[in-house]
Amino acid sequence: MATKIVMEALSPTMEEGRVIEWKKQEGDPVAIGDVLAEVETDKAVMELVARSAGTLLKHLVAAGATVPVSAPMGWIGQAGESVDGGSPQAKASTVNPSQGSGGSGERSTGTAPPAEAKPAPVPAPSQPSSRPAVQPSAPPAVQPPAPPVPVTLSEAAVLSAAKEKGPVSAERIKASPLARKIAGERGLDLGAVAGSGPEGRIVKRDLDTVSGERSAVSGTAPAGPLTAHPSPLTAFTDTPLTQIRKTIAKRLAQSIGPIPTFYLTARVDMERVAEAREALNAAAGDQGKVSFNDIILKAVATALQQHPGCNAWWQDDHIRYWHTVDIGMAVAIEDGLITPVIRGAQAKSLREIAAESRDLATRARERKLKPEEYTGSTFSVSNLGMFDIEHFTAIINPPEAGILAVGSIAQVPAVVNGQVQIRRQMRMTMSCDHRVIDGASGAKFMQTLSLLLENPLALVW
Amino acid sequence: MAQFDVIVVGGGPAGYVCAIRAAQLGLATAVVEKDKLGGVCVNIGCIPTKALLHSAYALNLITHDAKALGIEVSGVKGDYGVAMKRSRQVADQNSKGAEFLMKKHKITVLKGMGELQPGRKVKVGNEVHEAKKAVVIATGSRVKGIPQIGLEINKTTVISSDEALFLEKAPATLAIVGAGAVGAEFADIFAAFGSKVTLIEALPRILPLEDAESSEVIAKSYRKRGMTVLAGAKVQKATVGAAEVTLEVEAGGKVEKITVEKVLMAAGRAVNTEGMGFKEAGVELTDRGFVKVDLATLETTAQGIYCIGDVAGPPMLAHKGSREGVVVAERIAGHTPHPIRYDNVPSVTYCHPEVASVGLTEEQCQEKKLDYQVGRFPFTANGRARASLETDGFVKVIRDKKYGEILGAHIVASHASEMIHELGVARENEFTVEEVDLMIHAHPTLSEAIAEACLDSMGRVMHI
Repeated sequence: MATKIVMEALSPTMEEGRVIEWKKQEGDPVAIGDVLAEVETDKAVMELVARSAGTLLKHLVAAGATVPVSAPMGWIGQAGESVDGGSPQAKASTVNPSQGSGGSGERSTGTAPPAEAKPAPVPAPSQPSSRPAVQPSAPPAVQPPAPPVPVTLSEAAVLSAAKEKGPVSAERIKASPLARKIAGERGLDLGAVAGSGPEGRIVKRDLDTVSGERSAVSGTAPAGPLTAHPSPLTAFTDTPLTQIRKTIAKRLAQSIGPIPTFYLTARVDMERVAEAREALNAAAGDQGKVSFNDIILKAVATALQQHPGCNAWWQDDHIRYWHTVDIGMAVAIEDGLITPVIRGAQAKSLREIAAESRDLATRARERKLKPEEYTGSTFSVSNLGMFDIEHFTAIINPPEAGILAVGSIAQVPAVVNGQVQIRRQMRMTMSCDHRVIDGASGAKFMQTLSLLLENPLALVW
Repeated sequence: MAQFDVIVVGGGPAGYVCAIRAAQLGLATAVVEKDKLGGVCVNIGCIPTKALLHSAYALNLITHDAKALGIEVSGVKGDYGVAMKRSRQVADQNSKGAEFLMKKHKITVLKGMGELQPGRKVKVGNEVHEAKKAVVIATGSRVKGIPQIGLEINKTTVISSDEALFLEKAPATLAIVGAGAVGAEFADIFAAFGSKVTLIEALPRILPLEDAESSEVIAKSYRKRGMTVLAGAKVQKATVGAAEVTLEVEAGGKVEKITVEKVLMAAGRAVNTEGMGFKEAGVELTDRGFVKVDLATLETTAQGIYCIGDVAGPPMLAHKGSREGVVVAERIAGHTPHPIRYDNVPSVTYCHPEVASVGLTEEQCQEKKLDYQVGRFPFTANGRARASLETDGFVKVIRDKKYGEILGAHIVASHASEMIHELGVARENEFTVEEVDLMIHAHPTLSEAIAEACLDSMGRVMHI
C-alpha cells in the first residue's frame, strides 16, 4: 500500500518549505532513511528523508515549489502500484474540518495514516494536454517523469494546511491556473512573486518579470557589482524573498514594528579627513568649500557602492536593490526637517557633492525644493554634529533600509601606536531595517565606511 | 452656468454608462446629448438591427424549416415595413430606458450640441457649464460613404445603415459595399425579406476580422441562401442614377457590371471630432483621426479631459466604449480600476448563424509565430444543435501548445453571441483549456461544443 510523502516541520518555526531538489526520482527504489529531497526551511537547507520503503511512485510537487508543512509531496509504494496524482481524498479530508482531526497530528511523522494513504481510484483531474486522461491502470512508475503540474495540486494542500493549523499557517497563494502551470514548468516559487491581478492575484504577466529559472532559490545576492552607467531600465534589481528572509521579516517586525530596527555604532578617527579638508579648502580659497558632511556623504556613497545590500528598499514582498546611490541628506528647517536627495552620488566627485549639498540645503531652508528633489532616496544621512551631539540614533525613512546618524567631531584622548594622543574623532550610528540588512552585513558596511574616512585617499582610489 | 464634477459629452453606450458610474461614485454628473439618449447603438445601430435580424431569423425558419418541424404554413410573406416599425419601438423603448436611468441616478441631461472650451468648460446652446473634475468626450462615430469612387451617400439610391433602418420595404436588388459585421448583418436581413443581395468586400474574404474558417461558413451559408458574395472585389466605378446604381466591380481580374436599386455603404465609420472645439481645448487627434489618448488612463492631451468609445479609437464596439466609460469614471473618482484588456474584447456578428470571437485568429497566431494547437468541434455532432436544426457552425479554440493558454476562440453557431463569454471569462482569468473542460457542461447544450473543442485541442475529443 502506497504511503504519502509529506512536508515535515524541519525546524520548530517552519510553516512551509521550498523543494530545492528531488534526490530521488520517480521510479527510484527508496529505503527508510534515504534522502528524498533537499528542502529550504525558514532557517536552512535540510534533508527530507523517507519514512517508508519501496519505490518512489510519484512527485506531487516540482523542485522549486513551496509546500506548507504537512502537505503531500509524493507517493512511495510498490513498483507498478497506481496512485492518485491529484489526491482528492486529501482535499476532502482536510477541507472538511470534521474529518481533519485524524490527520492533523501526523505532520511530523512524515507519512499519512493508512486510511488517508489509500490511493483513490478516481482519475486525476486532467494533466497537461498532450496526454490522455490519467488511466488508473497505467503504472505510474514506468511513466516518464511527468511534466510538473503540482502547483495546482498543492493548492488543495495549502488549503488543507490552513484548515488544520489555524490562523498561523501559510496563506493561500492566489494565482491564475495559467500562472500556476508556467510557474510549475519553470520551477518558479509563486510565494515569491507579487501579483498584479485582482486582489493581488498572480497572473501571467507577473511571471514575465521574474528573471530566469529558480530565481527565488538563489536570490539572496543582489545583481553583481554596480556598473558605472546603469541604464534607466536597470536602475535596480528586485529580488524575491527567500524563506529565511520572509521569516526574519515576519518575526522581527512582530518584535519591533513595523520596521524592526537595530543600531550599529562605530567610532572613527577623523584626523586625516580634517587634514584633507583643510588642505582642500586652503587650495579652493573662497570658492567651493568642502564640509565634513560632504566628505561623509562621499564616503557613504562609495561604501554603499561596495555594499549594495544596504542600498535597498523594503517592498513588503520583495527587496529592491538600487544600482545607483541616491543619498537623502537630512536638513533642519524652521518647523521640521526635509531630506533633499543627491542623485547618483556614487558617480559624483567630492566637489560636485559639496556644491550640490550646499545648493540643496540653501533651497531647502528657503522651501524652494521641488518634490522630485526630496523624494526617492535610497539611503539617508543625518548629521547633528554641529549641535555638539556626540551620538544619536536616527529613524529610518521607509522604504529605505538604513540611515546613518553622524555625531560631532571632538578632540579626545586616543591610543595611537601605544601612545595616548589627542585626536579628532567622531561617532556614527547606522539604523538598519533588519528585514533587509543583517547585523553582519550592516557591520561590514560600517567597517568600509570607517576605513574610507580614516584613509580619505581611498575615496579617489 | 452650472457646475458639475463631471460633464460627459455624448450620451451613447460609452457616455451614458460613464455618467451612471460617475453618479454611483457620488460625482455630480451631466450628459450632453444632441439627439436621443443611447446614441447610435440604441437608436440606429445595435438594437434596431437585432430586432430586424430576429424577424429575418423567424422568416427563414418558417420558410425553410416549418415543414420539417411539423408546422404547416402557407402564403408566408415578409413585410419589411412592419418589421422596421417594430424595430423602432424596440429602439425607442431602449432610449427611454436610458433616459430613465439618467433620472434614477440624478444625472443632468443637457440637450444640445456640446462644445469644449478651455479650462474644462462645455458650452451647450448659449450656456457654458463647468466641470470641476473632468470632461469626458464620448462623441462617437457616424457612417461614411466613399466619394472617391462616386459612392457619396445620397440617402435615396446610395444609403447607409441610417436610411436602411427606416426603409418601408426591402429593395428588389441591393448591393452592400463592405462585408464586416454591419454589411453582413444587413445582407442577412434583406436577403430574408426577398432582396437580391450582392455583398462586396475589398479584402480577400467577408468578415475579414474574423477567423478564416468563420468567414468560410458564412460565405457558404449566404450563397446557399441565394446571395452573391464577392470577396477580394473592388468597386472601380459607380454610376448613380435617380432610381438605380450601376457598379463596376473588379474581382479576380474580371470586371463585372451590377445594376441595383440601392447601394448600402457599410465600409467603415468616421468619428465625430469636428466643430466641438477640440483643438481650442488642447485635445489633439491621431493621424487616423481619432482623439489621441493615453491608453492607460484614457486622458487626452488636455489635462482633465478624457475620451472614451468609438472616438477614442478601435475597436468601435459599444461594449468596449461602455467599459472605458466605467473605468474613466472610477479613475476620475480617485479609484484604481482594473486596466482594460483590449485583447479580450469579444466581437460578434449577429448574422445567421452568428459569428463570435475573442482573442487571436489562427492567421494572427501564425503571424506572431506562436506555438499553438487548434481544437475544433462541429455542431453537426452536437445533440442540442441537431434537435433545433441549427447544425451550421463550429467551435474553434486555439491554445498555446505548452501551457494551454487560450490564445483565441471562434464560434459560429445559432447562439454564438451568448456562448463566447465562457471563453472570454476563461481568458480574463487565465483559465486554460483544461479548466474550461473541468467545468461540467450541462447536457444537452450548444456550450458542450466549447468543452469538446477544448478537449480536441488536447487530443481528447469525446464525441467525434
